[in-house]
Amino acid sequence: MAATLKPYLSAVRETLTAAICLQNFDSQLVERHNKPEVEVKSNKELLLTPVVISRNERERVLIEGSINSLRISIAIKQADEIEKILCHKFTRFMMMRAENFTILRRKQIEGYDISFLITNFHTEQMYKHKINSLIRCGAESITLCDSSFISIKTKRNCYRLR
Amino acid sequence: MTDQSPRILQVEPKILLGTFFSVKSSKFSTLLHRTYPTEQELNMSEKHNFGIAPVTCHSFNKDRSCVALSLNDSNVKIYKKSGPKWQETDTLSEHGQRVTGIDWAPESNRIVTCSADRNAFVWMLEGGKWKQVLVIPRINRAATCVKWSPRENKFAVGSGSRLIAICYYDVENNWWVSRHIKKPIRSTVTCLDWHPNNVLLAAGSTDFKCRVFSGYQKEVDEKPGPSAWGSKMPFGNLMAEFSNGGGGWVHSVSFSPSGDKVAWVGHDSSVSVADATMSNQLTVVKESFLPFMSITWVTENSMVAAGYDCNPIVFSYSGGNITVGAKLDQPQEKQSGNISAMNRFKNLDRKGTGTDTATDLKTQHQNTITQVSIHTGTKNDASKVATSGVDGNLILWDLKSLESSIQGLRIS
Repeated sequence: MAATLKPYLSAVRETLTAAICLQNFDSQLVERHNKPEVEVKSNKELLLTPVVISRNERERVLIEGSINSLRISIAIKQADEIEKILCHKFTRFMMMRAENFTILRRKQIEGYDISFLITNFHTEQMYKHKINSLIRCGAESITLCDSSFISIKTKRNCYRLR
Repeated sequence: MTDQSPRILQVEPKILLGTFFSVKSSKFSTLLHRTYPTEQELNMSEKHNFGIAPVTCHSFNKDRSCVALSLNDSNVKIYKKSGPKWQETDTLSEHGQRVTGIDWAPESNRIVTCSADRNAFVWMLEGGKWKQVLVIPRINRAATCVKWSPRENKFAVGSGSRLIAICYYDVENNWWVSRHIKKPIRSTVTCLDWHPNNVLLAAGSTDFKCRVFSGYQKEVDEKPGPSAWGSKMPFGNLMAEFSNGGGGWVHSVSFSPSGDKVAWVGHDSSVSVADATMSNQLTVVKESFLPFMSITWVTENSMVAAGYDCNPIVFSYSGGNITVGAKLDQPQEKQSGNISAMNRFKNLDRKGTGTDTATDLKTQHQNTITQVSIHTGTKNDASKVATSGVDGNLILWDLKSLESSIQGLRIS
């Protein structure tokens, strides 16, 4: 397992380093507005080709770039119904408090479990390389989620046996 | 066999001595670095901080005693140099939204500013106070960049409404008149640069193209002579259009001092040069660096580019070949090899990691460099360049002393 984890995370890191190159960019469509282009998708030339990095069919990361914003979506491995419920509870807990996490998106992208939205305003306030390592830590801990899922499941099974 | 043994004997003492001395001396020099930087190192770059907000754009006056800059808001601040520090003297606050471009005309001492609120102002110093004149470039999206022409009788404004506005002063009406270049721009104009003949204008935009237009205004310009880009130059004429085939948003464009070459940088991490004297031959270089945000020529054959790597790099062009030179910011060795046991446990306790968690980058700029400009000298022979960035720093780089101290850096 660990043999595929390292190249997977390093591929995510390299892609993020390139995609996090953002600049302030005012809307071409609406005057005096400034919107994240990856969300409004109003001009095709301002978007980058989306990249999917996958470790296996269940664990993957989608990175969508644009001139002033970047969207990262992570799919968490879910083997059975219990894991699906646990994952749903976990991501819901996080996303309900999205304001406190600054770069977390309030709603995940279709087909993924959790999404981040980074705009140029974040890269102006924070160090780029630190945002990158934060996301990587997030991805890493999410991939470690399955081990905690397993421990929760064994606890549940113990409880049931009693 | 007899041949080999003496050779080994000859080589070994040299290696031993070499390693011994190099280790000793490097340790000694890092010690020196941390306490007393030598005079030469102090001269190579000067760092000026303007707070934690990004420096969106900057422009110096003629004798470099003042700088106008915008700290990512609607104000333009004027700083005057007093000793080693910059003293804030004026705040120009007429814009309603973020200021996106500032250009200080050296001869006429006028400042032109443009902003995301679609307006531009020309500021003139009258009796020690800056007085503004509103210019309406007739654009309906944000203005992105502004540049005085070399003779300072007109300026160009790039905008998000996919056009370039050329503004000149109409004496009869006491008004700045704006003319538009629209075709064939397909997206936001991000950067501009004037040709030294005061007529031609290079523009880069987010439709991945770099174009050379004619900005001829018959009201203020005399008829231009032929240049390498063509001989007929009616207003708005497209003289040349380049695409480097990659498809990166053009971030910055610069005419060479003679005006025969145009260089631009794009979001595909490329540096491109088109040479009009060699029938618009296009040269592109792509290496493993992050995209550049700004480029300027420093001699007829050398350029300095800087961007998301936070480190200015010198490029040289000769006869259809671009070579990547040295980085201007040579990171100083930091004493980070061994972290003390106490710090290790402190980090383990507070941050959950035993390794060193330094947040600083090794470069002097701690975030993206957004603008490179010439500080001392001209495009033909620049001796100092200034870079400003998102980290709120303005750094002056002394090219001459850097050239003598960095191995492999040649600026010709």
